[in-house]
Amino acid sequence: MRKKRFFKRLFQNLVAWLLSIVIIVPFLIVLVNSFKSQGEAYLMDFTLPEKFLIENYQTVIERGHLLKGFVNSFSYAFFSTILVIIAAFLAAFVAARAKRRSVQIIYYFLIAGIALPVNNITLMRVMSFLGLLNTRIGIIILYAAMAVPISFFISHGFVTGIPRELDEAAVIDGCGPWGLFSRVICPLMKPVAATLFVLNFMGTWNDFTMAIYYLNGSDKMPVTLAVYNFFGQYTQSWNLVCADIILTVLPVLVVYVLGQKYIVSGMTSGAVKG
Amino acid sequence: MNEKKIYPWYFMTGAVLLFLMLFLIPSMMGIFYSFTDWNRYDDNVNFVGLKNFQKVFSGNSNYLLFIKNTLAFTVISTFVKTVLALALAILFTEKIKLANLHRAIAFAPQVMSMLVVGLVFKAMLHPSTGFLNIFLRAIGLEALTRDWLGSIDTAFGTIICVDVWKGVGYGMVIFIAGLQAIPKEYYEAAEIDGAGFWAKVGNVMIPFLLPTITVNIVLSISYGLRVFDIVYVLTNGGPGYATDVMNTVVFSEFSSGNYAMGSTVASLLALLTLAVSIAITRTANRKEVY
Repeated sequence: MRKKRFFKRLFQNLVAWLLSIVIIVPFLIVLVNSFKSQGEAYLMDFTLPEKFLIENYQTVIERGHLLKGFVNSFSYAFFSTILVIIAAFLAAFVAARAKRRSVQIIYYFLIAGIALPVNNITLMRVMSFLGLLNTRIGIIILYAAMAVPISFFISHGFVTGIPRELDEAAVIDGCGPWGLFSRVICPLMKPVAATLFVLNFMGTWNDFTMAIYYLNGSDKMPVTLAVYNFFGQYTQSWNLVCADIILTVLPVLVVYVLGQKYIVSGMTSGAVKG
Repeated sequence: MNEKKIYPWYFMTGAVLLFLMLFLIPSMMGIFYSFTDWNRYDDNVNFVGLKNFQKVFSGNSNYLLFIKNTLAFTVISTFVKTVLALALAILFTEKIKLANLHRAIAFAPQVMSMLVVGLVFKAMLHPSTGFLNIFLRAIGLEALTRDWLGSIDTAFGTIICVDVWKGVGYGMVIFIAGLQAIPKEYYEAAEIDGAGFWAKVGNVMIPFLLPTITVNIVLSISYGLRVFDIVYVLTNGGPGYATDVMNTVVFSEFSSGNYAMGSTVASLLALLTLAVSIAITRTANRKEVY
């Protein structure tokens, strides 16, 4: 019996390691190859380079518009996230409290956007009509708009859990709608704000679709597009492409390792509450 | 308390305007433009009736293949991801060493951009210089080497495998949350009744996890129907049109200036998503009643 259990445990641990290795191996290969010379990296395998070429990274940063890409991605992700949190909180606060029929209709109207895909072609027409096409401000507003339904839904669920008595007490103390929202409701929404921040920031940072539809010109490129174009230019130099990939993945991985619990709870809270 | 005064409508304007202008109006316009010949080269937009839809549904068009591919991708990837995610969740909630580390590793691909993951695998799966084939040759399985992304037989399956590799951690984390919510007493009771592992899975775990399974399936389906990045990066629809899905077709119609045709496919995708979501919500609600 004891022996059987030992083998069961051993087997489980082996399977677990095997699975983890399957996930890690691609990144180890990319890491190893990022230090090779172009000739050595022709074969993407585990053989260590003769000499570790750190200058690959320097080359990539200089030629790949990486810094610009980082700044762009950061600003798109940061500002669109702030914008959507403000819009979603305000709307969720009213939608969760008011019992008016009109407000409830708006609730379902916004929720409908969670699963629906947007029509990117006509969206281009609307963007150009609004003068937002191929502008930084345009892409920020666009990312915010795409994130409205799910952010609104998650915040709505949270406001529903805040006792109404708080509102009543605040109103009796002389609060208007703005005072109630900013001084009573918002401070209680901090956990959701963190969740939405993580969720939307990573979503925007990793997005690629909106950028290929609505941005052109290397000065506005987010980092994902910069990497893709770099790959297009240097298809033969896998060592440089690998270095580029490592540099792009590294910040996300560092954030992930540091804030793992936060990210996991952020990315699942939307699912579990839905 | 005056409701209208305390909870004023204008608090909702920001969210509603964003959603209306950049989501709903484009979708509505898309349906309108599906009935026209709108394109990049001609400023006149003419009404053409159902011509675009006829083009999609006429027997010998490629569009039916794209719809079929989208559905196949959605169904297969949803099935594989859900089953595998549940298996991983069960394994990682057992008493294995470093379970947290394994979980973190399994979830890690989820935080990365699909584009980067796609590029990594493009390198790994290269027929002559990629790691997978080198590895297969090294262990004497030369016969198994393939042009994974370049051959019609394997491209579609390979894309699904990469998608599973990236997405399985998300489902796993949701399942772990679900598994941890099952009270221990139920397992103990089942054990006393002499239940083995599979009996416990079938009679305790699955019934408790039904809502979690539904969540996972819904998330995975709505992702699958909209899939774009991974196909675009790995094969861009090739070889030929073998792996094109609806959203990659929308993009290629967009790039070649056939706006009306792209709008038609995008509108069909929206309708398909709507139909599937309604069907799922109905079935899920019915289950709750029983």
